[in-house]
Amino acid sequence: MGLIVDIRKELAGFELKVNFETQGEVLGLLGASGSGKSITLRCIAGIESPDQGRIVLNGRVLFDSQKGINLPCQRRKVGYVFQNYALFPHLTVEENIGFGIGERKREDRQAIIKEMVTMIKLEGLEKRYPSQLSGGQQQRVALARALAAKPEALLLDEPFSALDDYLRNHMVKQLTETLAGYSGATLFVSHNIEEVYRVCQRLILLARGKIEGKGGTEEVFKAPSSLAAAQLTGCKNISPANYISPFKLEALAWGITLKTNIQLSRQVTHVGVRAHLIGAAAGEMKDNVVRCRLNSLSEGPSRISVYLAVEQDHWRQGSQLLEWEMTPQMWRAMKDQPQPWSLRIAPEDLIIF
Amino acid sequence: MFSFIHGIDFSPLWISLRAATLATLVTFFFGLAAASFVSAYRGKFKGVIDGLLTLPLVLPPTVVGFLLLLILGRNGPLGKLLLALGMTVIFSWPATVIAASVVAFPLMYRTVRSAFEQIDPTLIYAARTLGVSEWKIFWKITIPLAWPGVAAGTVLAFARALGDFGATLMIGGNIPGETLTIPAAIFFAAEGGDMEKALLWVILIFIISLIVMTLMNYWSDYQRKTIIAGGRE
Repeated sequence: MGLIVDIRKELAGFELKVNFETQGEVLGLLGASGSGKSITLRCIAGIESPDQGRIVLNGRVLFDSQKGINLPCQRRKVGYVFQNYALFPHLTVEENIGFGIGERKREDRQAIIKEMVTMIKLEGLEKRYPSQLSGGQQQRVALARALAAKPEALLLDEPFSALDDYLRNHMVKQLTETLAGYSGATLFVSHNIEEVYRVCQRLILLARGKIEGKGGTEEVFKAPSSLAAAQLTGCKNISPANYISPFKLEALAWGITLKTNIQLSRQVTHVGVRAHLIGAAAGEMKDNVVRCRLNSLSEGPSRISVYLAVEQDHWRQGSQLLEWEMTPQMWRAMKDQPQPWSLRIAPEDLIIF
Repeated sequence: MFSFIHGIDFSPLWISLRAATLATLVTFFFGLAAASFVSAYRGKFKGVIDGLLTLPLVLPPTVVGFLLLLILGRNGPLGKLLLALGMTVIFSWPATVIAASVVAFPLMYRTVRSAFEQIDPTLIYAARTLGVSEWKIFWKITIPLAWPGVAAGTVLAFARALGDFGATLMIGGNIPGETLTIPAAIFFAAEGGDMEKALLWVILIFIISLIVMTLMNYWSDYQRKTIIAGGRE
């Protein structure tokens, strides 16, 4: 049971090649724009056809290139929430929600519409047209419309990208609650790390059509296994690395040696550390303490990125700045400290691959 | 001063209205069908098909009439078939409907097709993923969203059908009470020196055209406001 996808498709510039299985949980597809995430969804829904492969939903074959099976959209029972919601502009909220309901009897249809309107908390707005709704309300109607057709799987294509930041966090919470009540396989496509982390239990990282990592969301974030995966999960500091000893490596971009808490393979190529996991070193700490000078600064409303030049153990060319992300309070405490600053990169926070 | 009206045979008015109305009905359905076929068609013959369907618009009406004569005449492929069934179309009133339909068709087809192609395809995909049949999608999504184009195409088709002269004359002739339409009546009245009669027909066709256009505009506006624009501001 569940959704099984194993497809290939030639795209402009690269080949999309994805295979995964998912059950009732929310599976995220995180990738940059143009990485093939949306095409994957479109292939599952039957809007586009893969070149090769198989798609099976709850034991029903939706697509099989070898057997020549390619069910039309209508018979796939796959719900789709589009990035721009694709609400029918000439139909009211209740007509939009009712459009895909299969039930014949009017009372049954009305009951489902009512249930959906209550679920998305839009009571009283049933007679409105989509243009008379806010972005967040439109998104909820699109979700209700998809769920009213009783799909066996639900695909969400960047459902928050059209919303402003203020609404977004609120909507993420609401979507998570709604999805908790849905038992089918759910795919959530996004390029926003924050959203994916909050919404999805499991995660696939996609770069140029290729899967760069998959697993539980936390694990994938904790231990990305490739450069593309580290970048996709938002790791700002990545350096090529050289093996020194089983628990020691050299980070070439910063010219420093770092201790690790896991045993290294001789094939280690990169080391990284997330910008917000760097901390000021307490007096007695010796290991993994780096001395840095302030190079530049980029201030956001809630986070400040500080770019640091590392004072190296010995001269290396091509040295790269270290990015340290902190709250404004941390910055106020830090900025008047005499330089160079002693900072610590904890061994358990290192990303190694 | 219009006492001469009593002596006039009004049959061209009825013949014209019948031809234009029936032709509009015919082109409405054929135009929608052709437009939805061509806008969905992705093959390499798209250009050729579109060209053939548009041809009656660019050819001189006499050429269209001549081709219809070849097809529907006694020795034409369709004409023979009809003759075997005991029907002659040429120089009888159905000829006026056929001629008007053929010349009006491209206007309907073209206008509707461009309206179809302006619809956001994700709306159609969305409807499909909801499990809705193509037939229902066409009537409930495509047509309402393309409505301004469909209405415009219908008005243009009616106007063109009402105004046809060349093609109708070629296959219908000018038999009074049978195939003589207003445009032909104007021509033959003016040619025969009866300028008053010609002017009467001119005024009449002027009024009919204006009324139809105006009504269609108001109707289309009304439809847009109540049905479509709800979502379009």
